Amino acid sequence: MSHHEMPFWKKYIFSTDHKVIGLQYGITATFFLLFGFFLMILMRWQLAYPGIEIPLIGKALTDTGALTPELYNALGAMHGTIMIFLGVVPMGVGAFGNYLVPLQVGACDMAFPKLNMMSYWVYFVGGVIMMMSFLMPGGAAASGWTSYPPLSVISNNAQTVWLVAMVFLITSSLLGSVNTIVTAIQLRAKGLNFMRWPIHVWAQVTTAFLLLLAFPPLEGAAVLQLADRLFGSSFFLPSGLVVSGEKLAVAGGGNPLLWQHLFWFLAHPEVYVLILPAVGIVSEIVTTNCRKPLYGYKTMVYSILFLGFMSFVVWAHHMFMTGMGVTLSSFFQATTMIISIPSVIILTTILLTLWGASIRFTVPMLFAMAFLPMFAIGGLTGLPLGLTASDIHLHDTYYVIGHFHYVVAPGTLFALMGGVYYWYPKFSGREMNEFLGKLHFWVSFVAINFVFMPMFLMGSKGVSRRMYDQTQYSHGAATQSWNVVMSTAAFVLLLAQIPFIWNMFTAWKTGKKVQNDNPWEATTLEWAASSPPPHENFPTPVEVYRNPYTYSATTRKVLPQFIPQEG
Amino acid sequence: MMEQLAKVWQEVLNLRGFDYGLPSDVSTHGFAIDNLILTLHYFMALLFVGWGLYLVYCLVRFRERDGHEADVAPQHFSLPKYLEIGVVIFEACLLVFFSYPVWAKLKTDFPDRESSLVVRITAEQFAWNIHYPGRDGKFGKTNIDLIDGTNPVGLDREDPNAKDDIVSINQFNVPVGKPVIVELGAKDVIHGFFLPNARVKHDAIPGMVFPLWFETKETGKFEIACAQLCGVGHYRMKGYFNVFTQEEYDNWLLEEENALKEGA
Repeated sequence: MSHHEMPFWKKYIFSTDHKVIGLQYGITATFFLLFGFFLMILMRWQLAYPGIEIPLIGKALTDTGALTPELYNALGAMHGTIMIFLGVVPMGVGAFGNYLVPLQVGACDMAFPKLNMMSYWVYFVGGVIMMMSFLMPGGAAASGWTSYPPLSVISNNAQTVWLVAMVFLITSSLLGSVNTIVTAIQLRAKGLNFMRWPIHVWAQVTTAFLLLLAFPPLEGAAVLQLADRLFGSSFFLPSGLVVSGEKLAVAGGGNPLLWQHLFWFLAHPEVYVLILPAVGIVSEIVTTNCRKPLYGYKTMVYSILFLGFMSFVVWAHHMFMTGMGVTLSSFFQATTMIISIPSVIILTTILLTLWGASIRFTVPMLFAMAFLPMFAIGGLTGLPLGLTASDIHLHDTYYVIGHFHYVVAPGTLFALMGGVYYWYPKFSGREMNEFLGKLHFWVSFVAINFVFMPMFLMGSKGVSRRMYDQTQYSHGAATQSWNVVMSTAAFVLLLAQIPFIWNMFTAWKTGKKVQNDNPWEATTLEWAASSPPPHENFPTPVEVYRNPYTYSATTRKVLPQFIPQEG
Repeated sequence: MMEQLAKVWQEVLNLRGFDYGLPSDVSTHGFAIDNLILTLHYFMALLFVGWGLYLVYCLVRFRERDGHEADVAPQHFSLPKYLEIGVVIFEACLLVFFSYPVWAKLKTDFPDRESSLVVRITAEQFAWNIHYPGRDGKFGKTNIDLIDGTNPVGLDREDPNAKDDIVSINQFNVPVGKPVIVELGAKDVIHGFFLPNARVKHDAIPGMVFPLWFETKETGKFEIACAQLCGVGHYRMKGYFNVFTQEEYDNWLLEEENALKEGA
């Protein structure tokens, strides 16, 4: 076949192969995740030791060596932006979705390979532009990842760069989501009806629909904010603004809350974009390592779909403090309580799968098992924030930071790391080192809880989020000692990633070779291809004979979807 | 009736006088918010511990070992379904009996303006301007063209209603036991008006004025915090929130009035 003669740049750089693109996404996202984490380490130093010079690198950043409030705000905004739009989503959707969805439905490639390549490169350009904003005079965008106007409209030029980068990133996600939906539905192998899809495919398809439907409003909003900044419009600027004693020369007549509605109409579904691929990955890891079928496959599928649907009607619970009246807030409180139901069902379903299992404590399974209680903490702490009365005290405090980090960091990121260990043999034909994997897991698991658990205590005390130095307030000073604990734990967490990164890169050449193409004895179609799969994945078309996660009732041996006979 | 029940529940929750990590509270409505927060956390802890014990039990009992095999037969458990229904009913109760009433009271059941202290609070980068109507109870006209370093809210002193108006920066003083109505606005960007010790929080949004109210039951010296990122000085946008006795409050008012006369 012709691909053997393809030059290097075409095979590995401007590739249309979904596997290469998936790995490109994975490597780029890993870089951004580490970079976003590094920004947080700088901020955590400032939080633990306000105004004190950062060791070693401080002098390179500022004159005094300590963070300035301007720089702190920029790091905060960029940490959030990078972690969400350049790190976790490209990892969960770009890397895992791209690599696994075609394989799991038995397709040779994505439905639109060139669109797929374009999706990656548009993301890459968006990422580069976002990084460039650090070079702007006055530093990077500093209005939070939420970029609320009027602050964002009147802030320095880096905000313009932020908006342009966001337009690229959103466009990339839209291209990717179309591809995932069409591939999963149209390129299914013979016999793979929808109710035979692995949960991971259901999760990725639901995620793709969320991206497809929720991102355009934010893209529109980003363009409107660009217009406000560049062309003198006032979509988000009311009349009568006075900044630093000077009347602002704008047309006025706009409304800052319009941005918040448009933003959260994306950004709430975005939360489920972050979490659903993780749920899919954990389901795959759990069933394989439990050696039994998933409890309640259909329940799980309907819960994921319902969760996806409901995620569109809860957005305004981020805005309870913006003067919302009784009627509207009652609606959004009710939908928020309702959305907790499918979340609980998903968690329960995975937990019930453990009953009667034979659990293999592999490294991916450790991460999947840690995901369950961590995601539970993240989900449960959403309840006090979802009810207006308790939200009055907790809104915009560290309680919120603790809540969503439990969902995304020890929740989603742990699942993604588990996914890396689980599918690494598929990517490379080699296994990652188990000792290093366990070291990575245990140190991370302990450290990450010391980072995020104290946030609930600080938030309950009333410490506001996004503060350069909380000791300015008496309640902040009273809880300041926690910051030292959290920052130390964050640094340990950073160190714990070294064995992981080392493992990931060295095992590619030196890891133990897998004995066969299906080393975990899994059931789904990606394991029908060789490890690693060749170009176009399956030399001969695969056929699907049964549901995923099936085991023989007599021999208790696994029955992969792609093997015709029983036993 | 609901309020009495809530108070009984409060007694149960505060059985040992423990503060549960929440700041002290001097507002009359705060106990309802604290009750909800505490009730929710008991509920969350119950679910988490239940799930956690089950998880650990499974991990130990169903670990892979010699002589143990997975049970691959289809399973059906009905207990989780009932638990789920229980969770739904509990959440519905919290919603209907705890959260809705508190919100409705705060949003619609405003105290009488005549018998309340009405103040306008206008946030700016990075200070809280507290505008008192003075003894006449009427706010003077404001005009953004008049805003300068000495006149942060642009008060038109020519207006008769403005003669006795008092504008203080970062000093929010209220008499204990009297309802306070705050008309909250902002001049430049969105700020978050937060009184941790009175369980009051509301975004201050430019172009809009939102009314909110609270009533205090104890005196004390506290802080106003900014909850919403508003720029470089967000972290030091601190104000002082003093709950005075009526006598202390009157004295302060008198001092301010005298200062105003001397200034004029």
